[in-house]
Amino acid sequence: MGDAEIIPIGTRGRPGRGTGTRPSSAARGLAPGARRSPSGTGGTGADGGTGGDHDVPPAPRSADGPQDPRPDPTSGTAADPGSPAHVADGPGADSSPAGRPATTTAERHPLGGVPVGDWLAAFRHGAAEVFGDQWEPQLARFLAFWRRRITGDYAVDDFGFDQELTERFLLASLRPLAQKWFRLELRGAHHVPATGGALIVSNHSGTIPVDGLMSMVAIHDRTGRHVRALAADLVFTLPGVSSLARKAGATLACHEDAERMLRGGELVGVWPEGFKGIGKPYADRYKLQRFGRGGFVSAALRTGVPIIPLSVVGAEEIYPLVGNIPALARLLGVPYIPITPFFPWLGPLGMVPLPSKWLLELGEPIRTDEHEPGAADDPMLVFDVTDQVRETIQQTLYTLLMERESIFG
Amino acid sequence: MAETDTGRVVLVTGVSRDLARRCGRALAEDPGVRRVIGVDVAPPTGDVGAMSFVRADVRSPVIAKVVAAEDVDTVVHLGVIATPGGAGGRSTMKEHNVLGTMQLLAACQRSPQVRRLVVKSTTTVYGSSSRDPAMFTEDMEPRRVPRSGYAKDVVEIEGYVRGFARRRPDCTVTTLRCANVVGPHVRSPFTSYLRLPVVPRVAGFDPRLQVLHEDDLQAAVVHAVARALPGTFNVAGAGVLPLSQVLRRLRRPSVPMPAMAVGRLGSLTDQVRISDFSPELLALLTHGRGVDTTAMRDVLGFEPRWTSATTVADFATTLSPTGGHLERVLGSLSDRLPPVPPSPRPARPALAAVAPTAAGGEGRG
Repeated sequence: MGDAEIIPIGTRGRPGRGTGTRPSSAARGLAPGARRSPSGTGGTGADGGTGGDHDVPPAPRSADGPQDPRPDPTSGTAADPGSPAHVADGPGADSSPAGRPATTTAERHPLGGVPVGDWLAAFRHGAAEVFGDQWEPQLARFLAFWRRRITGDYAVDDFGFDQELTERFLLASLRPLAQKWFRLELRGAHHVPATGGALIVSNHSGTIPVDGLMSMVAIHDRTGRHVRALAADLVFTLPGVSSLARKAGATLACHEDAERMLRGGELVGVWPEGFKGIGKPYADRYKLQRFGRGGFVSAALRTGVPIIPLSVVGAEEIYPLVGNIPALARLLGVPYIPITPFFPWLGPLGMVPLPSKWLLELGEPIRTDEHEPGAADDPMLVFDVTDQVRETIQQTLYTLLMERESIFG
Repeated sequence: MAETDTGRVVLVTGVSRDLARRCGRALAEDPGVRRVIGVDVAPPTGDVGAMSFVRADVRSPVIAKVVAAEDVDTVVHLGVIATPGGAGGRSTMKEHNVLGTMQLLAACQRSPQVRRLVVKSTTTVYGSSSRDPAMFTEDMEPRRVPRSGYAKDVVEIEGYVRGFARRRPDCTVTTLRCANVVGPHVRSPFTSYLRLPVVPRVAGFDPRLQVLHEDDLQAAVVHAVARALPGTFNVAGAGVLPLSQVLRRLRRPSVPMPAMAVGRLGSLTDQVRISDFSPELLALLTHGRGVDTTAMRDVLGFEPRWTSATTVADFATTLSPTGGHLERVLGSLSDRLPPVPPSPRPARPALAAVAPTAAGGEGRG
């Protein structure tokens, strides 16, 4: 019983732990076949080695082919549960620790000695698992996509919008977040015209502009149209964010770009509250901030496109903003440094948004093509329309909040 | 149309450079042009065709004598240089650009025969910043006024040209703001950047680029000389390409690095004369630029033959690819698979014959 209770760790029961072929004498003393020389031929051990397949001298490992390294881990783990007889039970398992040469470091590589056939089988299995039964054409299509991407064989529009990348990568990666995490519910999708320009005006909240991304996903999935966001210039100064935003179809929030997009018949999204809305404290949730200078209204008036109000409930709770570090924010040139109950205290974990329930409602479109041509230069009209849009969104927000049972419901 | 019965006499500046020389040659072949006189301090390095060359410095009053003696009625100013190149340092370049233009305009103003002036400017005057609109039209001002280098020179030159247009209302002044000229023969900071075997990129930014083919530059100049249409026009190929896409199409591997490191590297490569990273180029490679060419099409009536994409494709034919290894690996992989059903795009039909056997072989493996 005494020598059978050795539980092999690390070297899978074989003596020695260094690089050499010759284990230390202490290690040899610990091994079951202690009396033998480690490089001795198999089958002569006292532990039994009478099994036919073990009479072969184990010298060239590569000659042993596929079978050689595989049983090794299984015998090691099988011996683990503590059946003492198992270690001595050499002939049953086709390799006993005693009958093998000392392990070298080369053999300890996790991928060492896995035969090519196994690799191919694993690959085919994996491919069938990921792409289904029709994995070959699926994989070919996937490769063709990647090939097209890396040879630059795709088109972007004047604003840098990469439709293929947005649909197949950006929206696809945001979709689970929208559907599973925030359980997005979009109402009034029929208000979005099937073609032609329209301006979606939304409230803004949530410390980082997740609401914009979620609106883009939701509206694209329901109407098939891409929301082209008008983003603050901070977005285009940040490395990484800048190139992604352009590829996702965003452009700078200036009247030139807004009008160019609307004239081009795009569905444009704007968040007129800007940083005032997104960075407002949690106590002020669902209170609409000032709607900029109404530039979005004059852009819509000039191009004669309808304004569609969008009210988003749920984004306020994802990162409840309880504090700010204005000095640091000024130093870094950002509008605010958010402090939430979890950030920065929990580090990266604090960046996980809370799974609030989101309700999005698109309102009745406000027509702008009924005004006379010079209407965009009439400040009073612009203010009136701005207030109308703002009031609509605020009222819809209150209705949606009444309807929502709980924040996470 | 023509002022004289026998056609126009055109003076072209800056012909020691390749682009201007080619423009001069193309002008000389134009039937409405009687004579083309190329002017520069250094002789042109290639074939000048029917153009005659006069060695004169635009920075000196000699140019006025040339204008008067040759009865020049059309002046094409292509002598604004983006790089000091062989000319010397930055101060020489500035002198050449700004003082040369002033001298030339003074000569034009003095000569009553001059009726047309065509100036090749550049879209660099719009600058590049994060606050730029996606597409600049001709009436937009740069968001950040360039304070140094080539861009500043061009802003000043355009100012002098506008002043000349005011003082000589009888003279038709056409300013062509050309996008970055790209083509097999073009040697500019931008093309030598693209010719680098491994291209440094500003990390985290993918600028939108719009380019103009060298043939279209020639055609635009000839067009502007033939039609006398006053005004400023953006001249660029249709469409924009992000830098990443340009590099992929050129099969050029790229290394993203912080903007400062790209600038540092630029000054290093500048010293060994591989490539020259001016601040304007660095800004362009960070924020990109797009220009609206509606006026070029509708008012000037010029339609470039090359789009930005085909220009890059043409440029790629003269480059030996240094990258594209991943593409070849993927290509060989997809050769082993059955042909793609033509759902997203018609796939390579040539592979149809080979594919089944190859796939079968792998399947057995």
